[in-house]
Amino acid sequence: MPHGKIVVEHLFKVFGPDPQEALRRLEQGHDKDRILADTGNVIGVCDVSFSVQEGEIFVLMGLSGSGKSTLIRLINRLVEPTAGAVYIDGQDISTLPEAKLIELRRRDMSMVFQSFALMPGRTVLDNAAFGLEVAGEPRAEREAKAMAVLEQVGLASFADKFPHELSGGMQQRVGLARALAVDPSLIIMDEAFSALDPLKRREMQDVLLDLQNQHRRTILFVSHDIEEALRIGTRIGIMEGGRLIQVGTPQELIDNPVNDYVRNFFDAVDTSRYLTAGQLTGDDVPMFVHNGTAPRATTVCRALEEQNKAFGIVIDEDNHLCGMISREQAAQLVEDDQGARVYADSLEDVEPMAADASLEQVIERLVDSPGPVPVVDEDGNYCGAISKTAVLTQLKGGQA
Amino acid sequence: MSDKTLDLGTWINDGVQHLLDNHGGAFDSAGQVVAGFSEGIEALLMWPPAWLLIACFVALGLWRIGVRFALFTAVAFTLIVLTGFWEQTLVTLGLTFSATLISLVLGVPLGIWAARSDRVAAIIRPALDFMQTMPAFVYLIPAAMLFGLGRVPGILATVIFAMPPAVRLTNLGIRQVNRELVEAGQAFGCNRRQLLFKVQLPNALPSIMAGVNQTIMMALSMVIIASMVGAGGLGNDVLASIQRLDIGLGFESGMAVVLLAIILDRITESFGTPRPARGALRAWFDRLFASRSHSTAKTQEPS
Repeated sequence: MPHGKIVVEHLFKVFGPDPQEALRRLEQGHDKDRILADTGNVIGVCDVSFSVQEGEIFVLMGLSGSGKSTLIRLINRLVEPTAGAVYIDGQDISTLPEAKLIELRRRDMSMVFQSFALMPGRTVLDNAAFGLEVAGEPRAEREAKAMAVLEQVGLASFADKFPHELSGGMQQRVGLARALAVDPSLIIMDEAFSALDPLKRREMQDVLLDLQNQHRRTILFVSHDIEEALRIGTRIGIMEGGRLIQVGTPQELIDNPVNDYVRNFFDAVDTSRYLTAGQLTGDDVPMFVHNGTAPRATTVCRALEEQNKAFGIVIDEDNHLCGMISREQAAQLVEDDQGARVYADSLEDVEPMAADASLEQVIERLVDSPGPVPVVDEDGNYCGAISKTAVLTQLKGGQA
Repeated sequence: MSDKTLDLGTWINDGVQHLLDNHGGAFDSAGQVVAGFSEGIEALLMWPPAWLLIACFVALGLWRIGVRFALFTAVAFTLIVLTGFWEQTLVTLGLTFSATLISLVLGVPLGIWAARSDRVAAIIRPALDFMQTMPAFVYLIPAAMLFGLGRVPGILATVIFAMPPAVRLTNLGIRQVNRELVEAGQAFGCNRRQLLFKVQLPNALPSIMAGVNQTIMMALSMVIIASMVGAGGLGNDVLASIQRLDIGLGFESGMAVVLLAIILDRITESFGTPRPARGALRAWFDRLFASRSHSTAKTQEPS
């Protein structure tokens, strides 16, 4: 069994009079439409397998009717699976007895809904405390906890209001607070921000990302908005007709869509905005290796002049960044002493960028720096450098 | 009679007679419970002086609905007192309350049960249709045979006639609770009992209260008819006016029924909105102080 926070294996959901018959026909290779016509069974989710890692925001994307809402309800078993298994922390949810399932829902998972689903007769505070109340937490404690999460989502001063007195965005903050109050390790969000206007939606995405920075949880997020998926998703799964047809990081999906359905999602988006520093590095910045002995100034100077570059990068033999040297600096060293070597003290100290930095951050850095910006991965290994030319070329290519 | 091929009526007669012969004691003790219960309620209504009870209704009207309705209540009840029907009205009110309470105690749980099981709903539905559409007088005959004349058969016949809306609207209300609200309840770990009491019933309340309202109105109309088996109250006067062709008496007693019906209807209806518009008093105070405080309530944005 693959490991992960959530592991889904060959999951099926059939709605209709005879689900088992529909499964048999699926095995025989009949397609959905024929099964519907012959048996009246609707295939909601068809042979879906994937896993979500601890701490990841996994976004399920798909057009309406693609089965994404059903799929997430199979994961907390609001909908009973027809076949297949769902493991959460290694425990098979689909065979869990009801009492255990209720226990798990109270303790470790919660949900945020598209229509907010706040209880209209309860105050904001009582709504936020709902999960704790159900779990039998005493009033004083649950209200203190609910108040703390309302504080986190910026609604503490609205605690004694009723949901209908709040705007849509604020109502969904309450929905989020309710989900956070039980301090779950897994939150399922069903088109949580789809009912909000674009500005409010962005704001809520920021709230979510902020919360995620404070305390990393596993989030399974359903959306039909590709911009949203790209913005918040660690990985994205694309659903079509009940099947999960592709899973990958935003960049993987942009680079290698499996079919036109996936490609169409990205058509309307300016995908270059989702480029990362690692992908922007070009081979147009000369690189010199400090292999025990520092490189000769004359070598550096000549190379830079030949390639007509203003800067070069020096790395050590372990592929770690040493620094950057300008052509003027190299020329100066040569002028002072023909046999000079480029030691660390003559290098310009330059702060490298992380490989997963966004295009926006890269541009910000480039604007302020005279030369290229080196990029390192999370282990500190040098991945390349980004020059202004490289970025412009990428953007031009990306737009074409 | 002889040309009937299927004599259903005789079977029913025999059935009722059989019940009476073999289980008469059970019906008697059940009747005593109902009688004691309704006499208690009647005594409770008779206990305060008329003006105090009227003041209570007026206050209730002011709290739930508004100044104008409170005024109407005061005028209506004063009119009843002045025409000399106050005592009869209280008897009718007592019978209506008794029948309504019994209807709700039986009807609401039945409605909850029907909402949770399609099979129960399917079985109950024709029974409710039967109870509602069978001419109301028909219940009076077996009721009088089983329980003798008086208030008990009147109340029980009324229960049968008035219970269906409580069952139907409880069932409907629970079934119509927003699916995402129910899912939210489940997703946060409600067991079946918590789901019922924390999610389904509170959100079905408007519908359930509409059922209560309907039950009260039907009970009131049936209680009048039940005077034919000696239930008493305003029905006696209505009946007397028919027998004597006394239009004046008919109008007076009929008007008392109508006024009572309007007041009961409006007050119970006002409980149907879970968070009603702020009470008239609050609104009045708010208006009074609106000019002083400039803090405006946050208006609700369309979402």
